[in-house]
Amino acid sequence: MSMASVHSSTPVPAVSHAAETGALEEKVAVRKLNFFYGSNRALKDISVSLYAKRVTAFIGPSGCGKSTLLRILNRVYDLYPHQRAEGEVLLDGQNILAPGQDLNLLRSRVGMVFQKPTPFPMSIYENIAFGIRLYERLGKAELDSRVEQALRRAALWDEVKDKLAANGLSLSGGQQQRLCIARTVAVKPEVILLDEPCSALDPISTAKIEELIDELKDDYTIAIVTHNMQQAARCSDYTAFMYLGELVEFDTTSKMFTSPAERRTQDYITGRFG
Amino acid sequence: MTLYQRRRLKNNVVVVFALIATAIGLGGLAVILGTLIYHGAAGLSLEVFTQNTPPPATKGGGLLNAIVGSLFMTVIAVLIGTPVGILAGTFMAEYGRFSKLTHVVRFINDILLSAPSIVVGLFIYDIMVAPMHGFSGISGSVALAVLVIPVVVRTTEDMLALVPKELREAASALGMPLAYVIGKVSYRAARAGIVTGILLAIARISGETAPLLFTAFNNQFFNWNPFSGGMASLPAAIFFFALSPYEEWKALAWTGALIVTLAVLALSITARALASPRKAS
Repeated sequence: MSMASVHSSTPVPAVSHAAETGALEEKVAVRKLNFFYGSNRALKDISVSLYAKRVTAFIGPSGCGKSTLLRILNRVYDLYPHQRAEGEVLLDGQNILAPGQDLNLLRSRVGMVFQKPTPFPMSIYENIAFGIRLYERLGKAELDSRVEQALRRAALWDEVKDKLAANGLSLSGGQQQRLCIARTVAVKPEVILLDEPCSALDPISTAKIEELIDELKDDYTIAIVTHNMQQAARCSDYTAFMYLGELVEFDTTSKMFTSPAERRTQDYITGRFG
Repeated sequence: MTLYQRRRLKNNVVVVFALIATAIGLGGLAVILGTLIYHGAAGLSLEVFTQNTPPPATKGGGLLNAIVGSLFMTVIAVLIGTPVGILAGTFMAEYGRFSKLTHVVRFINDILLSAPSIVVGLFIYDIMVAPMHGFSGISGSVALAVLVIPVVVRTTEDMLALVPKELREAASALGMPLAYVIGKVSYRAARAGIVTGILLAIARISGETAPLLFTAFNNQFFNWNPFSGGMASLPAAIFFFALSPYEEWKALAWTGALIVTLAVLALSITARALASPRKAS
């Protein structure tokens, strides 16, 4: 079992501040979560935590339930019939699976960026202003500055500041994805869910988004699903390894990538299966 | 003959048949257009658009009342049929996407889509013309609206169904209420397709004659009252003039046919242009 190979290919990230600070705030607490697509049980008794202002990566082979888990955290699965979650997901101590939740309000607190860039068929400016207007009534100048702020946050401002009226679809894939991140950030959520945000992007765009994630975690709690082990190692503080709908192991990223407790975690991380 | 040669031979035979079939189709269309232009173009003059249909066996006159009648009934039909069609299509593609009712509605709509238009004419005759004791422009409009609805329902549903589910999820994930997701995101993404559907529906009804014969019938004169008395339309005028023994009327029928055809052609081309992938602005 050579851990050396892991070390050589993946620079183990600094989780310094994460590991050191004793008092971590638990932003989202998943407790005994089960999920069903019809009668098919896709998640089995998952318990995991997202810590405030930390990045938590979810890794595991395709179909292991990573994306499913993410889609529960803002209840976007609710758009479809025959999908059902059991258990508890506590956001600041409030169970979001309890009946009577205002889903729109919940989703404005828990933003999501998808695998495929999904700019709305409208101008770059409108793509961002639209979400803001849903929850705030702002003057033109204030709205302009919020749009600029969001675009700067997503490291896209310099590339689009002269063509804010252009259609969002005219941007490149990487720019579209950053536009989607800007759109999500603009509504000031508390948690950001990233579902394989880089899988459709080239390495340069990927690097930009990873940098962005690093900056965003100063203000947001972030969960990222990724197939890319290096990416998990590079940009997360905590890593959860999932397999066949179960949570196999959850720990700090440095622990997971250097001395995982579970044999299966080690096998997956070193590329022995998956 | 080797296997390869046989395959090539087969390929060539099929290509020849395909070319012949294409030639038959295109040739037919060319002959129709050619005949229309040959017989109809000569009659095209300003008078056609400024004068009403003439009495039998008189020189001069035009198709003004028929053109205006057609425009009026088409516009009213679209005004009635489009909102109903778009709302029904929206229900099927968005709110009722997973509902059993949607399957039922789609099935019935498909039947309506292929229903003979003369049946629609008879239906409106029964529920409007008979109770109102006479033909009227409005009953013609309603008959045409019944033909518009299934076309618009179908295209609206299809076009909204093509909007990627990721786009809806992304919009919902921003905390957008469903009505906003549909109105601001789905409609925008499907706009070109929905407009195309409306144009195709207009093209479909502009040539309809059968439903009008039972509802608006025809009128030699200009009729401003859509609620009483027959209203002229291009297809009906063509129908009656073409069957008449008078040369002047026959010539006008050809001209009218050319006008209808060119109008439908223009609509179809517009629809095609709108439906083609939009260039990124």
